Amino acid sequence: MASASATDNHVPGFFTRWFFSTNHKDIGVLYLIFAIFTGLVGGALSGLIRWELAEPGIQLFKEGTIIQQLGIVEASKHGFNVTVTAHALIMVFFVVMPATMGGFANYFTPIMIGAPDMAFPRLNNISFWMLVAAFIMLCISMFVDGGPGRGFGGGWTAYPPLSTMGHTGPSFDMAIFSLHIAGASSILGSINFITTIFNMRAPGMTLHRMPLFAWGVLITAFLLLLSLPVLAGAITMLLTDRNFGTSFFDPAGGGDPVMYQHLFWFFGHPEVYIMILPGFGMISHIVSTFSKKPIFGYLAMAYAMVAIGFIGFIVWAHHMYTVGMSIELRTYFVAATMIIAVPTGVKIFSWIATMWGGSLTFKTPMLWAMGFIFLFTVGGVTGVVLSNAGMDYSLHDTYYVVAHFHYVLSLGAVFSIFAGFYYWFEKMFGVKYNEFLGQLHFWIMFIGVNVIFFPQHFLGLQGMPRRYIDYPEAYTLWNHVSSVGYLITIVGVGVFLIMLIEAAIRRRPAEANPWGEGATTLEWTLSSPPPYHQFNELPVVKADDHH
Amino acid sequence: MGMGTRAITRLGAGIATAALGAFVASPTWAQALLGQPTPGAIGLQQSASPLKHEVTFFHNYVLLPMCIGISVLVLALLLWIVVRYNKRANPIAAKWSHNTTIEVIWTIVPILILFVIAFFSFRLLFAYENMPEPDVRIKITGNQWNWAYEYPDHKVPEYISNMLPEDKTTKQLYRLAADEPMVVPVGATVELLITASDVIHAVALPAFGIKIDAIPGRTNHTWFNAEKTGTYYGQCSELCGVDHAFMPLQVNVVTQAEFEAWLATKGGSMPVAEDAAAAAAPAAVTEAAAAPADAAATPTAAAPAAPASAPVAPAAQ
Ligand code: HEM
Ligand SMILES: [Cu+2]
Ligand SMILES: [Cu+2]
Repeated sequence: MASASATDNHVPGFFTRWFFSTNHKDIGVLYLIFAIFTGLVGGALSGLIRWELAEPGIQLFKEGTIIQQLGIVEASKHGFNVTVTAHALIMVFFVVMPATMGGFANYFTPIMIGAPDMAFPRLNNISFWMLVAAFIMLCISMFVDGGPGRGFGGGWTAYPPLSTMGHTGPSFDMAIFSLHIAGASSILGSINFITTIFNMRAPGMTLHRMPLFAWGVLITAFLLLLSLPVLAGAITMLLTDRNFGTSFFDPAGGGDPVMYQHLFWFFGHPEVYIMILPGFGMISHIVSTFSKKPIFGYLAMAYAMVAIGFIGFIVWAHHMYTVGMSIELRTYFVAATMIIAVPTGVKIFSWIATMWGGSLTFKTPMLWAMGFIFLFTVGGVTGVVLSNAGMDYSLHDTYYVVAHFHYVLSLGAVFSIFAGFYYWFEKMFGVKYNEFLGQLHFWIMFIGVNVIFFPQHFLGLQGMPRRYIDYPEAYTLWNHVSSVGYLITIVGVGVFLIMLIEAAIRRRPAEANPWGEGATTLEWTLSSPPPYHQFNELPVVKADDHH
Repeated sequence: MGMGTRAITRLGAGIATAALGAFVASPTWAQALLGQPTPGAIGLQQSASPLKHEVTFFHNYVLLPMCIGISVLVLALLLWIVVRYNKRANPIAAKWSHNTTIEVIWTIVPILILFVIAFFSFRLLFAYENMPEPDVRIKITGNQWNWAYEYPDHKVPEYISNMLPEDKTTKQLYRLAADEPMVVPVGATVELLITASDVIHAVALPAFGIKIDAIPGRTNHTWFNAEKTGTYYGQCSELCGVDHAFMPLQVNVVTQAEFEAWLATKGGSMPVAEDAAAAAAPAAVTEAAAAPADAAATPTAAAPAAPASAPVAPAAQ
């Protein structure tokens, strides 16, 4: 067992190492590989959506098309809803969260705080394998009967009664189990992170000297721990409503479908910050590294994340302005939601101030980080637009919302993931990536995703509803442009894959610290890749050494 | 390789700028259509009710400038950093990492901006809340996958509205047009009472700036006041199953006379105003004639209403 060999740096054999892994770095790499794979699956599903929506009329989801030959989803209107639902669930639970909290957080949190490993290495192992099981479960759910057809097509939000009486087949029960397992996996992971960060910091590594990425992970872990049980409760009630005759959400039995929405969004809004807070941390380090300048306003940056995490729990019903809440509630949620923009602004401006006066090099990670800052700003300002209930009546459930959350997620969270991936590539894999391919990847993706999502603001303002398989003639132009953007984006993904293969073939040996004096966190004091067990002798952190 | 990356950065930045330029300079769009989306349009649908005018004002003159201002500010700062603080222009990095004044500024200024937004936001929200006495009430029920309309006060029993099939309508209106529209008089305050029979649906009428969920087991309400006669379209806006995209709403806004004629074809009639019922018959006639004029934003609506409602009102009793 790996744990028995902690003193001699003995690396176990292949099977033991990768299947029974208890080493945080190996588990981190497993999560990243998993996220790349699921990312390709989720991305392929979004390709089907954009293909279908490239023209008005039903192109793809009908008999006799390639969809039918492939057989992955049903060649029907229901198949389209299943695709949209699976795309969202995969991207949220099986791509972004595994990449940020599973991959980078596992790999770098212990190193950054000067710990030899996570507090509970075996818990860490089971977190990963539960996620794999959950993903398999979700995939199988696409192949069993959902009710209106094969698979569950009720949206990732799974509002009842569409998810209860509207989908009577076993498919959604499997999807619920999948979310249960994924949720349990994340809860175990967060317990692990909180324990590790509170108990295993190296001597001198006080919380106020801790790198911002570790701060982001800590806050995210708390958000997960507090929000996921609520989701678990909500979907368990769906399960019993569906199978055991309860009526938590069924008005005919005294229940209330809107109650589900409150529970879902009590989880769902913190969830959107779960997806972005680790990214916030990574962006801070990258911006500081490539500016050769310390992070501006470190404490404000840390506490802005704390504030965002806290306020994130009390704004959930801004997703529900149209359900018929009382005017008092709507007024409150408008006010509370707007307040989130303040700490978010602090973060954006502090990143800019970090660069200000620096001596910048524009290596691939920095391009992604700067792209992130701009695109996240665009997503943030449209969030402020949506926070106004009076405005939201015109925009809720239209493509404007789709554009908003893709700017903060597809272009925000995903850009932060790529930034981190290139930043730590050499450190993690012990080989250099090709700078040209990395930059090419950035520019193609940057253009591609903007062409996909910017026109969706126009569609939404004009009133095009979301989750539509077909649309009136007038929406053709911008839908078409959006689909063209998808084509550009897959070229970018292709470059990414070529970059991976090129790096694997050429195997240019890595340096311990390729970024020079700007890279000050502890991972750069270790070799690349770090020894199988780092910090056999704990580092001692003095004031002003880090962050 | 250095050459390569430099070139790719230039090329990438060039394309991005060109795309942005093409965007800003894009051709002026065709005249916006009323009551339906306009091909290629980039803004809110044209408004046809007082509330939607306020929404459009709020968006176009408060929120959009805020969005563009902040995005452009951040972009400009980033570009300036690229030009001024790149390694060659600024070989020695500064070491400062605090500046309390600027931190206070970038906390306070956004708060002030939010206060301005909140002022307009709450004014708009309360305007939505502030429904005048309704002239017409319509009960709407969302079904998988059609809408049912009922006029309880006008004794129009529930009727079903389905999407018109492709061969029964124009290319432009397919997926918007319905066989049995909702019909309302122009200038009247129309209250919608909304529920659903199976799963959640949502009523959306972009020209009037309204959207509200149709939820089984509860009745939501909203209202609008159409300023111009014409045909207005909306689409179901909450995922409700396979034909979610195929259950549009069509509202025909007509004159009072046409409305009453339509009522008759549906077996309904104008209700008698309560106080009018107590008064003498001639008084009732003037009451009924005056009623729409009070509520209507456009006085023209009242003119045709007078002669038409006169014989109908007493007949209802
Ligand atoms: C300035 C901060 C933000 C504000 C004020 C804000 C506001 C909102 C509002 C009001 C909605 C509901 C719109 C509607 O359904 O009508 C929404 C939706 C959404 N937001 Fe944000 N948001 C902000 C930042 C973020 C961030 C950081 C993320 C994630 C990284 C995010 C992800 C989402 C997602 C996923 C949805 C759509 C959920 C769904 O309906 O499926 N938002 N946002
Ligand atoms: Cu939210
Ligand atoms: Cu629907």
